Amino acid sequence: MSSSKNMTLNLKVWRQKSKDAEGKMVDYQLKDVSPDSSFLEMMDQLNEELIAKGDDPVAFDHDCREGICGMCSLMINGRPHGPEDETTTCQLHMRKFSEGDTVVIEPFRARPFPVLRDLIIDRTALDTIMQAGGFVSVNTGNAAEASAVAICKCDSDLAMDAASCVGCGSCVAVCKNASAMLFVSAKVSQLALLPQGQVERRDRVLNMVKKMDELGFGNCTNEKECEAVCPKGIKITNIARLNREYMSAALF
Amino acid sequence: MSPTCCHSIFTSSVGRKYIMAITGLMLSGFLLVHLIGNYLLLIDPALFNAYAHKLTTNPLIYGAEAILILIFLTHISLAIKLTLENRQARPQKYYVRKLSGRGATWASSTMPYTGILILIFLVLHLIHFKYGALYYATYDGVEMRDLHRLVIEFFQLPLHVAIYVATMVLTGFHLSHGFWSAFQSLGFDHPNYFGLIKKISLLYAIVIAVGYSFIPVWVYLSPYIAGGTH
Repeated sequence: MSSSKNMTLNLKVWRQKSKDAEGKMVDYQLKDVSPDSSFLEMMDQLNEELIAKGDDPVAFDHDCREGICGMCSLMINGRPHGPEDETTTCQLHMRKFSEGDTVVIEPFRARPFPVLRDLIIDRTALDTIMQAGGFVSVNTGNAAEASAVAICKCDSDLAMDAASCVGCGSCVAVCKNASAMLFVSAKVSQLALLPQGQVERRDRVLNMVKKMDELGFGNCTNEKECEAVCPKGIKITNIARLNREYMSAALF
Repeated sequence: MSPTCCHSIFTSSVGRKYIMAITGLMLSGFLLVHLIGNYLLLIDPALFNAYAHKLTTNPLIYGAEAILILIFLTHISLAIKLTLENRQARPQKYYVRKLSGRGATWASSTMPYTGILILIFLVLHLIHFKYGALYYATYDGVEMRDLHRLVIEFFQLPLHVAIYVATMVLTGFHLSHGFWSAFQSLGFDHPNYFGLIKKISLLYAIVIAVGYSFIPVWVYLSPYIAGGTH
């Protein structure tokens, strides 16, 4: 699978001029791709060639390039962030591909994620859900003495796991229903498990789910594709927690 | 009770999944009871007919049937509504889509289709049996429908057996995803018991598929088996 020799790849890339323009898949052959380069460096290499030829470079999202910002996306050969488990696109290396491979690169697709240009999508919808309740607005003052409020390690671990969600939207992208449940459940869980989150616990889950529904995300059908492709390994046990949180908030 | 209670349960994505889960589990329970009743058929014709007679002549049956129909209609209509919404959530399809192999299964990806096939089967099933040919038998001076004869005659046709068995296998697939999924939708995720729920789900699906399929196959084959009688 991996080789130390540079390779030639056949790329199929989604090109779309603007939000309202018709898009299409365009074929590019890219030579001399180093197996040690990252996927985004391969994209940079493609863009340098396109610019040299006088073409428009392919627009794609990226920021930290170290797997923590959640800005990179891309559906690579039908899987968000490509073939490597628990890895964002920026941390994916070209050694995972072989000489002559066809690599299909598409934007994440969902009604609430409109394509702005080429591979760039608008993920404001996820921020809008966060604004509906994904915060703690109680004034906690200065950092408290660490042992003043004892938190079970079991809970802090689960909260930390949920908090590792970078909000990239790959759960939405992979879900056949374009459901945002894994994202919302991680954001609800990280606060529901900790004392700071208790004050707004009830309203948070009701408001975030309401906003999620309003924005046009689909309904969860428990297929677990989100868990399988999440670059941060967020588990669907968070979705079960969201379901419990919602039930107690809605009924009592 | 909170003011948002009932409204949010009936309108939100999460609330409607509770309704799918609860109605689904109720229908799962119905299937199990129905299956146990069916096996009286193989024990003794008189016993099966008497059971059916007792069931259908009990005045409470109308209430029970109404509730059952309500559960079915709720599960089906909500499933159609949710599925259509889910389709709309991604207007532009992917050029390539690849399953991870650790998430969606054949059973989970075909839930709407197996559901529709089960619905068609259900209508035919009621036409063939509940509203089927009226044969009568008399036991101890009490005249009642001879449903046993109706069933035996119906399953003399290989096509009937084949359709029945095929639908029961599809029902098994539908249940293998639906049963555990109901628990997930209702918020169960206990680390010690969730594996057990998944195992029970699979076992239950197999019991239903094999259990229901066995009867028509047995009815069809028994004349060919040496010494076998109806």
